[in-house]
Amino acid sequence: MQNQKLAKQLMKKSKTARYERFGRLLCLSALLLIMVIVIGIIAFIATKGMSTFMKDHISMKDFFTGTIWNPGAKTPSGHAAVGALPMIVGSFLVTILAAILSTPFAIGTAVYMTEISPKRGAKILQPVTELLVGIPSVVYGFIGLSVVVPFVRNTFGGSGFGILSGTFVLFVMILPTIVSMTVDSLKSVPTYYRQASLALGATKWQTIWKVVLRAASPGILTAVVFGMARAFGEALAVQMVIGNASLMPHNLVSPASTLTSVLTAGMGNTVMGSLQNDALWSLALVLLAMSLFFNLLVHFIGKKGAFSK
Amino acid sequence: MNRMQKQSQVAMGLLRAIAGFVVLILAFLIGYIFITGLPNISWKFLTSPAKAFSAGGGIGIQLFNSFYLLILAMLISLPIALGASIYLNEYAKDNWFTSTIRTAIEILSSLPSVVVGLFGFLLFVVQYNFGFSIISGALTLTIFNLPLLTRNIEEALASVADDQRQGGLGLGLSKYETIIHIVVPAALPGIISGIILCSGRVFGEAAALIYTAGQSAPALNFADWNPFNIDSPLSPLRPAETLAVHIWKINSEGIMPDLTKVSSGSAAVLVLAILIFNLSARYIGRKVFEKMTSMD
Repeated sequence: MQNQKLAKQLMKKSKTARYERFGRLLCLSALLLIMVIVIGIIAFIATKGMSTFMKDHISMKDFFTGTIWNPGAKTPSGHAAVGALPMIVGSFLVTILAAILSTPFAIGTAVYMTEISPKRGAKILQPVTELLVGIPSVVYGFIGLSVVVPFVRNTFGGSGFGILSGTFVLFVMILPTIVSMTVDSLKSVPTYYRQASLALGATKWQTIWKVVLRAASPGILTAVVFGMARAFGEALAVQMVIGNASLMPHNLVSPASTLTSVLTAGMGNTVMGSLQNDALWSLALVLLAMSLFFNLLVHFIGKKGAFSK
Repeated sequence: MNRMQKQSQVAMGLLRAIAGFVVLILAFLIGYIFITGLPNISWKFLTSPAKAFSAGGGIGIQLFNSFYLLILAMLISLPIALGASIYLNEYAKDNWFTSTIRTAIEILSSLPSVVVGLFGFLLFVVQYNFGFSIISGALTLTIFNLPLLTRNIEEALASVADDQRQGGLGLGLSKYETIIHIVVPAALPGIISGIILCSGRVFGEAAALIYTAGQSAPALNFADWNPFNIDSPLSPLRPAETLAVHIWKINSEGIMPDLTKVSSGSAAVLVLAILIFNLSARYIGRKVFEKMTSMD
């Protein structure tokens, strides 16, 4: 009798063990919740975005190559006017131009911070980049509206609203992202690379250009891709300075639009379930797909270029 | 001096100039925001409600909404992020499951905030029928906030020395007890500065909110603190335009007569708040670092 009771007690999980299991499950469920959210976002936006093609029977070709955006109306040739090309072109143009503009500045700053003056880098430039990251995008948009747009208007003509203003605003916005990630990758280059190069008689510049930057290039590439992802997804700052005309951009100073700008400006003015609304969700789907693509790219570069120790 | 050395010196000079230029950009931005904005800030501006068609409006309600949404979003996201980061840092094994989840968190953190906002709109505003409301906004901000907060807390947990865990386990505590009673308190300073940094980001976010918390700020009755009344400041079902959304809204509509004054004042308040968040996170981080490294 006594033995049986004891055996039962020993077979049962102790209070601590149960508490342990409970805690572990609690933490796991929090993690799974995040997982569910991610899957939910992708699934919801994908289903909504596909309904333009499935329910409203718009052909993919019309959507991706059409240049007239006026959902609900027809183009002169009789197709539905849901050509998203102007927005797609606009998004890619501002992203690529901003990346081209910011990359040299970002790399220069990062090299200064790690190779030339690490002390001043840590003391001044580190907080500077952190503050630049911290400034909210609406504030960038507001400054773009009150400084960059008039500047572009007076220097390059046009209304000032357009791809060029968007590029300038995004240039400043993605600069700190690229700088801080480039700094990380420069720091991960082993010191003996530099010492070996200097010992061979190379100048400081030759060491930086031919050794350090080469060794860190996958990391720098990742940084630039991250910057581009941020630029591509940035909504309000761009929307405030780009002019919001869903037309193919003729030049850099004519009003244009991006995927995000049309989404923010248009979503409130359409009725759920209408073609106008579905077409907007398709734009959101394109945005989501591009964001996933940038992620994939980062993974790919990271796998190829990781420092083998 | 030979040619190569000269080239090197020129290049160094150029790099210095670039770094200086970046500092100048920030100096210009901060200078511009504060010089144009600070003169517009007064007690009246900070407390009175906005006016859509006439000059002299303030940002009182928007400011309150920003803080209320921030606090709610943090209250919801903190337990989730804490649980997730504990699992990732303490329990997770290095296998496909963990790497899938890490990838998912990475994807979530790199999603454009407008996409997160649209998801919130679809799920909370339309599906659950919460409408444009505080609760929709807070839940959407939670999604926006989770990946970064999880990463920050995980970093704080990872920086706790293994000795601490071994000490706890050696005393006969279970793993979970060790984590809750030893590791988390030891990581608390890092966790707090992580929370403050995330707060700055959430405070300035607008794209995720325009279609969830809405773009209007109805008058509030600040004498009524019953959350079930619709004009109470605490009511979770009222639409709530935040400060960041307000700046975007008045600039894209452009009908307010003193538009530049109000937006530069609001921008200055926003940046000031974020500066305070950042500086206090740094300060707390440093204080704690000093405390942990000096043996007293």
